[in-house]
Amino acid sequence: MATSYNTIVKDGLWENNGVLAMLLGLCPTMAMTTSATNGLGMGLATAVVMAASGLLVSIFRSYITQEIRIPVYILIVAAMVTLVDLSMNAWMHELYKVLGLFIPLIVSNCLPLARLEAFASKEPPAQSLMDGIFMGIGFTLALTAIGAVREITGSGTLFADASLLLGPAFKFMEMRVLPADTGILMMILPPGGFLVAGLMVVGKRMLDVRAGKAIQMGGAHSAA
Amino acid sequence: MSQKNMLTHGVILGIFCLGFGLVLAVTNSVTVDDIAARALEDRQNSLSQVIPNEIHDNNVVKDTLTMKNNLGKEITVYRATKDGKVTGVAYEIYGTGYAGEIKLMLGVAADGKVTGVRVLAHKETPGLGDKIEVKKTDWITRFDTLSLGNPPIEKWKVKKDGGQFDQFAGATITPRGVVKAIREGLEFFEAHKAEMLAAATPTANPDADKSHTKEEH
Repeated sequence: MATSYNTIVKDGLWENNGVLAMLLGLCPTMAMTTSATNGLGMGLATAVVMAASGLLVSIFRSYITQEIRIPVYILIVAAMVTLVDLSMNAWMHELYKVLGLFIPLIVSNCLPLARLEAFASKEPPAQSLMDGIFMGIGFTLALTAIGAVREITGSGTLFADASLLLGPAFKFMEMRVLPADTGILMMILPPGGFLVAGLMVVGKRMLDVRAGKAIQMGGAHSAA
Repeated sequence: MSQKNMLTHGVILGIFCLGFGLVLAVTNSVTVDDIAARALEDRQNSLSQVIPNEIHDNNVVKDTLTMKNNLGKEITVYRATKDGKVTGVAYEIYGTGYAGEIKLMLGVAADGKVTGVRVLAHKETPGLGDKIEVKKTDWITRFDTLSLGNPPIEKWKVKKDGGQFDQFAGATITPRGVVKAIREGLEFFEAHKAEMLAAATPTANPDADKSHTKEEH
C-alpha cells in the first residue's frame, strides 16, 4: 500500500504543506523567516535532515515498536542533526558559518517528527525518502515565501546576503525593493511572522476553496 | 505490558542508542581535527583583521600571553611586535547580548587606540542582532581608532543610553552589549598595559603550529 510518488509530491508541496496546511514547525518558521535567505537556509537544512531520518525510520520500521517509537524518532532526528552539524563544520566551513546557526534549531521542529510518525513508520524506504525530500522542499518554499514578504515589508530588501548562503554566483538575487529605512520594523519581529504566516494559511485555503476542494482540518488525514 | 515485553523494548531502544551513539562517535573522531583546524584558521583570520599588517613583523598567533580578565576568565593575549617592540595586542572580549554571550576579538595599539574589533561568535537574532558581523554591516568598524578618552568615557554607550554609538532598528541589547564589552576591554588594556607591552618574549603556542602542518582540504 505504498503511496504514489505523485501524491507524495503534491502533498509535500501544496496539499499537506508542513507550514501552510499542517501548521507544524512554526517555531523555526517564526524564528528564521526574518529574511528570504534565512528561510531558504533553514528550509534546505531541514529538508536534508527530514530525508535522512525518513529513510532511516522506514528501514528500521519493523524493529521500532509502538511503545518506543517516539524516543527512537527523536534519537534519529537528533543524530542526523548532529551528523550534519559536525560534517558541515569540518568540510563546508564557509557554508557552516552561514547555516550553522539554523542547524541545531531543526531538533525543535516537530515537522520531521510528525512525518516520521505519519509516513515513514508505515511506508517503504524509497517513498519515505521522497516524502522527506518533498515535505522538506514544501517547508523550504513556505519559509522562503514568508521570509520574502517579511523581508520586503520589514527591511525593504529581498534575498539580502543570498550570496553568502549560495555562493557569489547568486549575487544577482540580492535586491533592494524599497528605499533603506522605510521598512516596517514590526514585520521582522515575531508579530510580523504570525501575521504573514496566518495570512498565507488563509490565502492557501481560499485558493483551495476556489478550486472546489473540501477543506481539511490541519493535517487531519495524515496525522490521524 | 508484561515484564518480558518491557525488557524487549528496553533492549531495542538500547541497541538504537548504541548504534547511533557509535555513528556519532565515529563522525566526531573523523571531524574533530578538521573542526579544530577550521577554528584556528578563523582565529588567524580574525587576528589579521584586528591587527593591521603594517604594525607587526612577527607571527601574532605565536606570540601569546595568558592573562586573567576582569571576570577571572583566562584569556590569551596575542601580541604584535615590530623590531622587538610590542606595537599592539589582541585578545578576546565577552559581551552579553540578547541571546547570550557575544565573543569578540579586540585589537588595541600600544597607544590605546582600537585597531579593530570583530565578532567571533554570537547567538543573536538573524536579521536583527547579527548586524554586528562585519559581513552584514560595517557597524563594527566604527570603533577603529577610538580609545577610552575618545569619545569620553560617558559617551561609550549606545545612543539610546545617552552615548554616541548607533543601535540597530529593532535591536538595542546587542549593540549595547558590544559597546560595553569593548569599553571594558579597553579598560582592561589600561589596567594591564605594562604587563602586556613588556619586552616581547615569544612563547610557543602548541596549537598554533598545528595549522601549518595541517593539509588544506
